Amino acid sequence: MPIRKVMKGNEAAAWAAKLAKPKVVAAFPITPSTLVPEKISEFVADGEMDAEFIKVESEHSAISACVGASAAGVRVFTATASQGLALMHEILFIAAGMRLPIVMAIGNRSLSAPINIWNDWQDTISERDTGWLQFYAENNQEALDLVLAAFKVAEDERVLLPAMVGFDAFILTHTVEPVEIPDQEVVDEFLGEYVPKHAYLDPERPITQGALGFPAHYMEARYTVWEAMENAREVIKEVFAEFEKKFGRKYHIIEEYRTDDAEIILVTMGSLAGTVKEFVDKKREEDVRIGAAKITVYRPFPIEEIRALAKKTKILAILEKDISFGSGGAVYADVGRALINEKERPVVLDFIIGLGGRDVTFENLEEVVDIAEKALGEGVEEEIHWIGLRKEIL
Amino acid sequence: MENIRRRLSLPFEENFYAGHTACQGCAAALGLRYVLKAYGKKAIFAIPACCSTIIAGPWPYSAFNAPLFHTAFETTGAVIGGIEAALKAKGYKVKGEDGIMVVGWAGDGGTADIGLQALSGFLERGHDGLYIMYDNEAYMNTGIQRSSSTPYGAWTTNTPGGKKHFLERRHKKKVIDIVIAHKIPYAATASVAFPEDFMRKLKKAQRIEGPSFIQLFAPCPTGWRSPTDKSIELARLAVQTAYFPLFEYENGKYKINMPSTKKEPKPLEEFLKLQGRFKYMTKEDIEVLQEWVLREWEELKKKAEVFG
Repeated sequence: MPIRKVMKGNEAAAWAAKLAKPKVVAAFPITPSTLVPEKISEFVADGEMDAEFIKVESEHSAISACVGASAAGVRVFTATASQGLALMHEILFIAAGMRLPIVMAIGNRSLSAPINIWNDWQDTISERDTGWLQFYAENNQEALDLVLAAFKVAEDERVLLPAMVGFDAFILTHTVEPVEIPDQEVVDEFLGEYVPKHAYLDPERPITQGALGFPAHYMEARYTVWEAMENAREVIKEVFAEFEKKFGRKYHIIEEYRTDDAEIILVTMGSLAGTVKEFVDKKREEDVRIGAAKITVYRPFPIEEIRALAKKTKILAILEKDISFGSGGAVYADVGRALINEKERPVVLDFIIGLGGRDVTFENLEEVVDIAEKALGEGVEEEIHWIGLRKEIL
Repeated sequence: MENIRRRLSLPFEENFYAGHTACQGCAAALGLRYVLKAYGKKAIFAIPACCSTIIAGPWPYSAFNAPLFHTAFETTGAVIGGIEAALKAKGYKVKGEDGIMVVGWAGDGGTADIGLQALSGFLERGHDGLYIMYDNEAYMNTGIQRSSSTPYGAWTTNTPGGKKHFLERRHKKKVIDIVIAHKIPYAATASVAFPEDFMRKLKKAQRIEGPSFIQLFAPCPTGWRSPTDKSIELARLAVQTAYFPLFEYENGKYKINMPSTKKEPKPLEEFLKLQGRFKYMTKEDIEVLQEWVLREWEELKKKAEVFG
């Protein structure tokens, strides 16, 4: 029988790692993710987890050790956030290019400067082009579940790409919630043992990995990563379906909430979806035709799902905790990419919100709705809006 | 042929194949050949971005008859740590008499400079692996730029010598001393001019548990502006002049292999004069470098005396 425990998001991710039985874990402490490897250390020390835990001297070495271990053909897990993920940047490309299904839990945190340890998504969003699958959790249960699902997708022969699972700094990493811990036997059935069929470092079978790729071959190698990411779309659906069968919880690539007759749909990710859904309920009581959509899988980006969502509404309001300076929000750009060739499409507006741990309040969301309604009536004046800016200190 | 084979006492089997793409006279390629002779298929290699990336061959070719993983410049220490952990988790015997060898093979830039942190982590955590730094005393793959392992007085493309600044003004970093500061079980210097000594050290590194480190002196005719048929001679002279003495550090004890501690080393100039990279040095410069070499040699002899 699954058991329920009250735990922090970090513990939920550590529990998922324990259930997935990775053979190697390499990690370096960083706020707010430190508790993940800490908890894993306890599991290993108590003999509850049979893994080699490498206590590396940096995140760069954490992911490098993960790459080495995964290349030797074992299941590998790590965790980090923010500056740590940025330090890994170079090696993230290598992990994806070498088709190593490493899974990494990320306590989504802002990036310096100024130094700030609180939540936004700038860390993972900035790694969107590295070839890693990206999942975003709304709550601690999702953090646990998505880590398990991520392993299954990443290790699928049609995919073989690394995966990161983001859950918001402090809002989830350090907040306790009841979490259902699945049975080990059911997880074992779901994941199975990781037995790579492709090339890996095997003393019995000399193979060179990652050799210099000349212009005559490099592009094809990169294309296979593109192809794997495309394959992941179908694999994720299959894995989510199997997940529901095994564990009883249903996951969607995009989860819609009261979108059916909505004129405005607030699109967001992570824990912000919880706030937004509650706000939608409130506005529905005021007879505002509004809905919400939560992007659970950000890479591969759910292009078809966004198109389907767009057909239902007049305005898509993207609420995101990241910014690509000189362009706008990253999710906004992706949504635009999905809709650019659609014959009919809604107005799409971008709202940069809650950076560096700033609370997102109903007042902020009212402002979003006001701007959206105004755009609906009078046309779009500005596309990118910074919400909740304290103009008095600028 | 039989006689020669017996006299050299090196394994006959080749696991580093012809057709590799090293420059003529490249001592690093020779070093790889010896390492692959020593371990054969019993080794897994990690190589960062360096000359050896090229030497091993572009996809779909490989000169290695052993598993080889190409990794990023500064990651050798971390990657071999990860490979070792995975092999152990899979139940392989790593190191020891018949154990699998996990070998990091990195240049002086990838070790002394950008890879120093990962190397330190590898040594400090006590991984069962071997890190070999092939020392050609500059960033040769990028086109001969100075590294912290470049000696005083050397020309490189970014110590070119000009009206205001003259060549390399810093002495060679003693990476092996940094390695020994980690108090690992086994560290040694080796030279392509003495393959049997190198082979013996490779075998010892395999037997001894924990991390081991070998700094292999590897002349680079392209970067040193030296004749391509002089690499072995240069490597030998580096030892005979005590510019690059061969020694071992084993569980706290120092042992000097070469040159003889009983007589004066050969004058450094014999080593310098065969190389175009030193041709701009003045008499005074040569004195500065000679003095440094002898001071370092005295220090090493003292260590061997006190901790022998």
